[in-house]
Amino acid sequence: MAFFLETLLGGLMAGMLYSLVALGFVLIFKASGVFNFAQGAMVLFAALAMARFAEWVPAATGLQSMLLVNLIAFALAAGVMFIVAWLIERMVLRHLVNQEATTLLMATLGITYFLEGLGQTLFGSDIYKIDIGMPKEPVMAFESVFEGGILINQEDLIAALIAACLVALLSLFFQKTSTGRALRAVADDHQAAQSIGIPLNRIWVIVWCVAGVVALVAGMIWGSKLGVQFSLATVALRALPVVILGGLTSVPGAIIGGLIIGVGEKLSEVFLGPYVGGGIEIWFAYVLALLFLLVRPQGLFGEKIIDRV
Amino acid sequence: MSRDIGDVILDVNNISLRFGGVKALSDISFDVREHEIRAIIGPNGAGKSSMLNCINGVYTPQQGQITFRGQTFSHMDSHQVAVMGVARTFQNLALFKGMSVLDNIMTGRNLRMKSNLFMQAIRLGPAEREEIAHRKRVEEIIDFLEIQPYRKTPVGQLPYGLQKRVDLGRALALEPQVLLLDEPMAGMNVEEKQDMCRFILDVNDEFGTTVVLIEHDMGVVMDISDRVVVLDYGKKIGDGTPDEVRNNPEVISAYLGTGH
Repeated sequence: MAFFLETLLGGLMAGMLYSLVALGFVLIFKASGVFNFAQGAMVLFAALAMARFAEWVPAATGLQSMLLVNLIAFALAAGVMFIVAWLIERMVLRHLVNQEATTLLMATLGITYFLEGLGQTLFGSDIYKIDIGMPKEPVMAFESVFEGGILINQEDLIAALIAACLVALLSLFFQKTSTGRALRAVADDHQAAQSIGIPLNRIWVIVWCVAGVVALVAGMIWGSKLGVQFSLATVALRALPVVILGGLTSVPGAIIGGLIIGVGEKLSEVFLGPYVGGGIEIWFAYVLALLFLLVRPQGLFGEKIIDRV
Repeated sequence: MSRDIGDVILDVNNISLRFGGVKALSDISFDVREHEIRAIIGPNGAGKSSMLNCINGVYTPQQGQITFRGQTFSHMDSHQVAVMGVARTFQNLALFKGMSVLDNIMTGRNLRMKSNLFMQAIRLGPAEREEIAHRKRVEEIIDFLEIQPYRKTPVGQLPYGLQKRVDLGRALALEPQVLLLDEPMAGMNVEEKQDMCRFILDVNDEFGTTVVLIEHDMGVVMDISDRVVVLDYGKKIGDGTPDEVRNNPEVISAYLGTGH
């Protein structure tokens, strides 16, 4: 029982991390109807910026405090992501208003390669590390409940908490602010949104900025776990099944999709793995996504697309 | 009915619009006076919606200018038009389907919201008060359009006639000086049409809003409009009071066809 719970918790926390990346996809899709292929590249770019600023800031100013350095690095990296968002709107999206979704998708594919190249040109292509002081050693919990207790990875726990906070903030933003309302409006109908005076261009900058910050948080957490390197960009590929499962238009969907996949991966690996020779973790998410595409293409929480003729 | 029609508020001058080789509008001029109900009629494909889209800034005409309250533009910018006080509704509903009736109409207030994002997110005093003030205005619109029971319903689930009302409500939330209505009664039954007519007349009367209206139903147009522009194949073939237009031979032949 304790072992099962341990696996379950491990899965939940890994799932939270997938959700973080998936959130970036959902945000941009929800607010502009663009499937942003560049989300992975943005995660890499943001993590690179953060890692390097954390090196450069103490070197330039002689600051010693870890916390302060990380905060400054985070703020600077966020600033960089804002500039990236502004440039993307200015140079790419603005010229593609009212174009086909496929055209926009291809454009984000271009942005992906550009960001990957630019990131490594600006910040270097070695392996860097982000140290935000997350405790690495696992702790024991529920020792009174189970014999031997459950091992919990503190790092994952903190990451999950950060992700949860981010989600809460985003929900507030989308549901309670007039900008959030404008974002949802733009997602539903560009032309109608313009007709009531919602400035499309500004909305797009905002949404890409928010997605940039989400990418930064994801990059920071993944980076501190795995190190900042090129392969971070492929983290996005692992989030793809999550958005298919949860639905491309749903913020809670991204979270629950992430959790399901995280838990599913771990449980199936541990309990089914031995029968099929292991390695389930690698393909589990994709097979699940495939099944969903066949049965429920809009995902668990996505809006069903009904076209009235 | 005695209403004081004011000065010219919107003046359309020599507008020509082409899509490639297709002439959607050629050399159209007309004016709209403050507080009047001005109809644009014409057979299918006459260029009525194109005309509205030029005023609204969706299309940029190749020639001509539009003067709004003394300011002359050769191209209207959608966002700027809304800021200046022109709102519109759509022929094919363009509501935000996933959002509730309330939220749809609230988006119409966005332009007037002043408090910033963070204050709104955590509901600080001023932001809260502002939201309440806007909400009150929206409730008035909801009452006015008699859609109280559907406040929280996602608009996608409402019947067509009610969706049209929400569309009107969203435009009204801007508190526009000029309201552009693109076939507000298309696809409605007689009863719904009567309701919509009543709303349009009330908006015009109570708020003093100038209304520019595209409509197919001749009965409706003749009943509620002060003046009518008639378009056919992108050209203006008639302009005047409903009675003048009704007796205009060119208009009659455009609608009924000429004997060959």
